[in-house]
Amino acid sequence: MSKEIEAIQDPGLPAHKLRQTDVDPKAADRAERQVAILFGLSALSTVLFIYSYLFISTDTFVFIPLMGEQNAHQLFLGLGLALALLFIGLGAVHWAKTLMPDHEVIAQRHEFRSPDSDREEFVKTAKEGAAAAGLGRRSLIKRSLGLSLGLVGLSPILLLGDLGPLPGDDLKKTGWKAGSRLVTDPGDRPIRPEDLEVGAVAQTLPELAPGKDHRSLNDIAKDAVLLIRLRPEDFNLDDERLSWTYQGIIAFSKICSHMGCAVALYEQSTKHLLCPCHQSTFDVTRAAKVIFGPAARPLPQLAITVDEEGYLVAQAPFNEPVGPSFWGRSA
Amino acid sequence: MSARERIAGNVANYVDERTGAAAWMKKNLQKVFPDHWSFMLGEIALYSFVILLLSGTFLTFWFDPSMREVVYEGSYEPLQGLEMSAAYASALDISFEVRGGLLMRQIHHWAALIFMAAIVVHLMRVFFTGAFRKPREFNWIIGIGLLTLGIVEGFLGYSLPDDLLSGTGIRIAEAIIQAVPVVGSYLSYFIFGGAFPGYTFIPRIYTVHILILPGIFLALITVHLMLVWYQKHTQYPGPGRTEKNVVGYPLLPIYMAKAGGFFFIVFGVTALLGAVASINPIWLYGPYTPGQVSAGSQPDWYMGWLDGLVRMAPPLEPVIFGYTLSLNILIPGLILPGIIFTGMALYPFIEQWITGDKREHHLLDRPRNAPNRTALGVMSLTFMMIALINGGNDLIATNFDLSINQIMWFSRIGIIVLPPIAFIVTKRICLSLQRADRELVLHGRETGRLVMMPSGEFVEVHEPISPEKAWLLTQHEQNAPLQLEDTDARGVRRPGLLKSKLRKRFSVAHAEQVAKPTVADLKEIEHH
Repeated sequence: MSKEIEAIQDPGLPAHKLRQTDVDPKAADRAERQVAILFGLSALSTVLFIYSYLFISTDTFVFIPLMGEQNAHQLFLGLGLALALLFIGLGAVHWAKTLMPDHEVIAQRHEFRSPDSDREEFVKTAKEGAAAAGLGRRSLIKRSLGLSLGLVGLSPILLLGDLGPLPGDDLKKTGWKAGSRLVTDPGDRPIRPEDLEVGAVAQTLPELAPGKDHRSLNDIAKDAVLLIRLRPEDFNLDDERLSWTYQGIIAFSKICSHMGCAVALYEQSTKHLLCPCHQSTFDVTRAAKVIFGPAARPLPQLAITVDEEGYLVAQAPFNEPVGPSFWGRSA
Repeated sequence: MSARERIAGNVANYVDERTGAAAWMKKNLQKVFPDHWSFMLGEIALYSFVILLLSGTFLTFWFDPSMREVVYEGSYEPLQGLEMSAAYASALDISFEVRGGLLMRQIHHWAALIFMAAIVVHLMRVFFTGAFRKPREFNWIIGIGLLTLGIVEGFLGYSLPDDLLSGTGIRIAEAIIQAVPVVGSYLSYFIFGGAFPGYTFIPRIYTVHILILPGIFLALITVHLMLVWYQKHTQYPGPGRTEKNVVGYPLLPIYMAKAGGFFFIVFGVTALLGAVASINPIWLYGPYTPGQVSAGSQPDWYMGWLDGLVRMAPPLEPVIFGYTLSLNILIPGLILPGIIFTGMALYPFIEQWITGDKREHHLLDRPRNAPNRTALGVMSLTFMMIALINGGNDLIATNFDLSINQIMWFSRIGIIVLPPIAFIVTKRICLSLQRADRELVLHGRETGRLVMMPSGEFVEVHEPISPEKAWLLTQHEQNAPLQLEDTDARGVRRPGLLKSKLRKRFSVAHAEQVAKPTVADLKEIEHH
C-alpha cells in the first residue's frame, strides 16, 4: 500500500564526525599513553599471577571486607589472571576507538541466487554425471548397493549391543528378603523397636550377607528404606497395611516413586515426607499416599516385624518395584 | 624498504606462491561489519566457547573419569577417610591440590553459564529483529542445534564430578530415560551399563563431554561463522542503510582490534568471576550415594525451566493394557521440550508461510514493527520464565517464607493463563509504540517550551525531528495481509480450504499495524 503513496526519503549516510584524537595531535598522544598504560597494567597483573603461583601457599587465608575469609592463593592467582586479560582487552578497544581510522565504509551486497545459466549448467552436469554412472539404467547395481550400504550401516548399532545387559526383571527386585534385618545406614547396626522414639526417623538398609563387608551404590539405590515411628493411633491404614507396621513403626522405600531421588525430608508435625527434588509430598499416616506434587504412586511400603532376638526384620520383600516408573512396571 | 618489511614480504610471498591466499585475504581483510552492541552477544558465546576449550583441556590433565571406589586422603579434612569415586576424589584434588585448579574449575563453570546465557540472549536478538529471515534460515537452525547441544553439554559437564548434587541430576535423567514408552528400561540399561548408578556412566559421559559434543560444536560453530561471513552481517535500519548494502567498519584494523580486545575482556570477566565468585563448591556436597540428597537441589539455570516443568506436572501415570505410561515425566521431560525446540527451529518457515514473503532480508526489523512476532517471543519467554521460577520454587519458598504449594499452583495456572496475556499486552504495546512513532514524525518532538499566544492560549512548541530520525521511523515496509481466495476463478472451492483459512487468519493478525506517515501526511499537517 505504501507503494502508491510517496514515502519519506532516505537522507543518506550522515557526514563523518571527527574525533578529538583526529584533530588534536595532543589528544592523540594522550590516547596513545592511555593505551600503553593499560597494556602496562596487564603486564603488572601477570607478575601478580606468577608471584601468587610461586610464592603464596595454597593454605594461606586472608580477610577481605564483604567477602570474608578467602584463600589468598586462589584469590590473587585469579585476580592476576583476570586483570592481565582485562587490561589487554581494554587497551585494544581503547586503541581502536581513539586512534584507528573510524570511517564508515559501504559495501554492496549481491543476491545469493546463482545466475540462471549457472543453474542450468549445474543441472546438466549433475544429470550427465548420474547418466554416466548409469544408476538409472543399471538397477541391479543400484539395488544391491542400497542393500549393502543399509546393512553395513546397521553394524555400528549391533556393535553397541554390549553397552549394557538387558534389564530382565532386575528393576523389579531389591535386596530385601523375608527375615532381612534392618540395619542403620551408616553403621550397619541392627535396630530394636525401643531404639526409636515416637517421631524418630532412621535410614536403613538390609543387613549384609555373611562374609560381605561392602555395599555397592546399585544396592543402596534400590534398598534404602526409611523407618518412621508414630503413635499407633496416628495411622489411618487398612488392616493389611497396619499389619505391615510394628508398634507404630512404619517402613517405606526411600527412593521416590517419581524420579528416584532420596525422599529425605520428614516433617514431624504434619507427618509428611517431602522429596526435595520435585516436592512430591507423601502422607506417612496413610501409607505414603501422594498428597501433593508430580509423583503418581505412594512410596512402596516394606512389611516389618521383629525376629526372635527382638530386632526389626522385613516380613517379606517389597511387593512392588521401588523407584521411578517404567513401561513394564505393572506387567 | 625496511628489514622488517622485507621479511614480512618474503613470508607472504612464500605462502601465496603455494596457496594463492593473497587474493582472498585482500578481499576479506576489507570485509565490512556493521557495528551495534547487540551484535556482540554472539561474540560472547563464541569467546566463552574458546575459554571452555582452554580451561576444559586444563582440567582433563588431572580429572580421573572413573567410578572406581577410593578412600579420600587429600587435604580437605571433612571428607578425609570417606569412600568415594575416583572421579569425585580427582575433582577434589583439582580444587585443593593443583595450584590454579580451583580457579580453572570455576572459570570453566562460569564460562559454561555465560556461554548458555549468551546463546539465549543472542537468539532473542536474532528472533526479535527478524534476522532469521531469508537467507539466514540455515544459520537459525544451526543456532537452535547449538542451544540444544549446549544444554546437554552443560548438564553432562556438571555431572562429571560425581558429587551428591550431580548424582541426583543423573538420577533424574535416568528416570526420564526409563519413562520412555516400551524401550525406556532397555535404553537406561544400555546407557548405564546395567542398573543405576552402575560403574560406567562417568567414563561414558566423559567421552561425550570432552570429545563427541565439542567436536560437533566446533563443526557447527565453524559453519555458523562461515555463513555469517559469506552472507554478510545484517544491519539495523538507518540513514544510508539499505537491503543492498552493508555499512560498517572494515575488518582490518578496527574490527579486528575491537573483536580481539573483546575476547580478552570476556576472558578477563570470566576469570574475575572464577577468582572471586565461588561456584559449584563440590566439597560441600559430599560424594554421591543414591540414599541421600541435599535440600534445595537445583540444576544449573539453563536446565531450571525443565526441572520447573517436571515439578508442576500433574500426577498422571495411567496403566494402559497393563503397561505404565509415565505422563507426569514424559509430558514435561520430553514432549514439551520437543515441541518447544521443534517449534523454534521451524519458526522462520512458519513466518514465511504466513507472510508469503520469499525475498532476502538484510535490514533488521525494529521489534515494534513486527508486533505479532514480538508478542509471540514475549509469550514464549513468559512460559519459560514461569517454568524457571517453578524450578526454584523450594528456594523461593524458604527465602521468602512462602508456601511451596501455593507457588506450585501459581505456576500451574500461570503457565497456561499468563503467556496469552503476555501476547496480547505485548502486541498492544508494539502498536502503541508505532502510533507514538507516527506522532513523532507528524508533529515533531515536544520541546517542553510553553508559549502564550496573543489570544492567551498556551501551546507547547513542537520541533520537527531530523530527517535521519524521520527516516528511521518510517523506513519499514508495511505489507498488507495475503489475499487468498476461497474459490478459484470459476467459483469452485479450492482444495485445502481449512489450511488456507488458517493462513489467512494468521496473515491478517501478522499484518496488523499503524499506518506509517507519508510525505502527503506531512504536507497536510503543514497546511494547518
